[in-house]
Amino acid sequence: MTTILEIDLGPLLPAFPEFVAGIVLFGIIWFVLAKKVVPAFEKTYEERAAAIQGGIEKAEHAQAEAAAALEEYREQLAGARDEASSIREEAKAQGAQIIAEMRAKAQEESDRLIAQAKAQIEAERAQAVQQLRGEVGGLATTLAGKIVGESLDDDERARRTVDRFIADLEANDTERV
Amino acid sequence: MGRLGLIIPMEGGGEGDAHHWPPGVHSFDPKPLFPDAGMDWLNTYLLQAVIGALIVILLWLWFAKDQKIVPGFKQWIGEQLYNLIRNGIGRDALGPDYHKYTPYLVALFSFILVNNLFGQFFLSMFPTFSRVGYAYGLALLSFILYNAAGIAKHGLGSYLKLMTMPKGVPPLLYIIIIPLEILSNFIVRPITLALRLFANLFAGHLVVIVFVVGGSMLLESASVLYKVAGGASLLMAFPIFGLELFIGALQAYIFTVLTAQYVASSIADDH
Repeated sequence: MTTILEIDLGPLLPAFPEFVAGIVLFGIIWFVLAKKVVPAFEKTYEERAAAIQGGIEKAEHAQAEAAAALEEYREQLAGARDEASSIREEAKAQGAQIIAEMRAKAQEESDRLIAQAKAQIEAERAQAVQQLRGEVGGLATTLAGKIVGESLDDDERARRTVDRFIADLEANDTERV
Repeated sequence: MGRLGLIIPMEGGGEGDAHHWPPGVHSFDPKPLFPDAGMDWLNTYLLQAVIGALIVILLWLWFAKDQKIVPGFKQWIGEQLYNLIRNGIGRDALGPDYHKYTPYLVALFSFILVNNLFGQFFLSMFPTFSRVGYAYGLALLSFILYNAAGIAKHGLGSYLKLMTMPKGVPPLLYIIIIPLEILSNFIVRPITLALRLFANLFAGHLVVIVFVVGGSMLLESASVLYKVAGGASLLMAFPIFGLELFIGALQAYIFTVLTAQYVASSIADDH
């Protein structure tokens, strides 16, 4: 019976070869795991993390791009709106101007027509007066001559009488107007 | 008794030995592979330990081979096992410094686990760590590891100070605390590591022998009552196997967790 310090260790007393064998075998496993297995696993984990990280970055990039595109689109939309409203304003202004111009033109035209008409009327009137003066003078002279029985063919005298009569008529006319 | 040799092939003692029953310490006696060569150290337990180590190494190399970013089934299983130790034990106990200790912890857990499962494997039927020498060996390595880690981190002087003079203790108590801390941190830790593992498997294997061998002997006896008891005993052996499988896995886990804890307490700034 093997004893240490006179104590019987029983099954707790190790067999020295087994003690060494345990250490050596474990050492070999440890070595292989440290050199081959653990690095392989860790490498895979790192690659996986990198892949996931890369995916996230890609997604972030895409998101940023989309946001930029949206911003650009909004700016364009705002620009288009501004443009449209300015065009509308311009059109309104132009329309007003056109209306004013047309109105002015029409006014001018109507003024012109009125003036023309007046002038024509005036001329016709003057012509009529002229004609009337001659005819009325002749008729009146003839009529008066018939009534009076006296020839008023003395042109000089007759003309003066007619002129005086018409002047009176005109004076009456003027008073009436 | 001829069948017993088959049921417990690595069982110590020769077949038909008169002192084979009752089972005891002699049940764990090694059986040399070459009894006449005078190399008693070359026994079935050593063979078993070597096979266990080979299984561990080859299995991990197989898991580590051809790894992809998106794992297949084999790699997934490997990663689950690896993460159980790397994250579940190493990272939880050691914090950010855990990477250095991952190979040690993975090796420790898998070597102990495989050898414990040998206790219920039909060809071996013997847990290697019920031979105390193997348990002492691993405990010694863990002892060296956690002390070396502490010394590397703090230097010898401050490491010893950290381990023996916990902060916040009045100096008057040092006379009690220092011997207690030395006893607890440098003597009790490695011994309990080894003995916890050894004793669990030793006792477990003894229980298995009692149920299986005892049941067989009862079954072969003349009395009907004994035959019934033997049958019941053999049936009872199966739940015991299940329990032993659980204990084997648990002890592998505990050994690894405690090693990680000891390393953590060594490299921690506060005790």
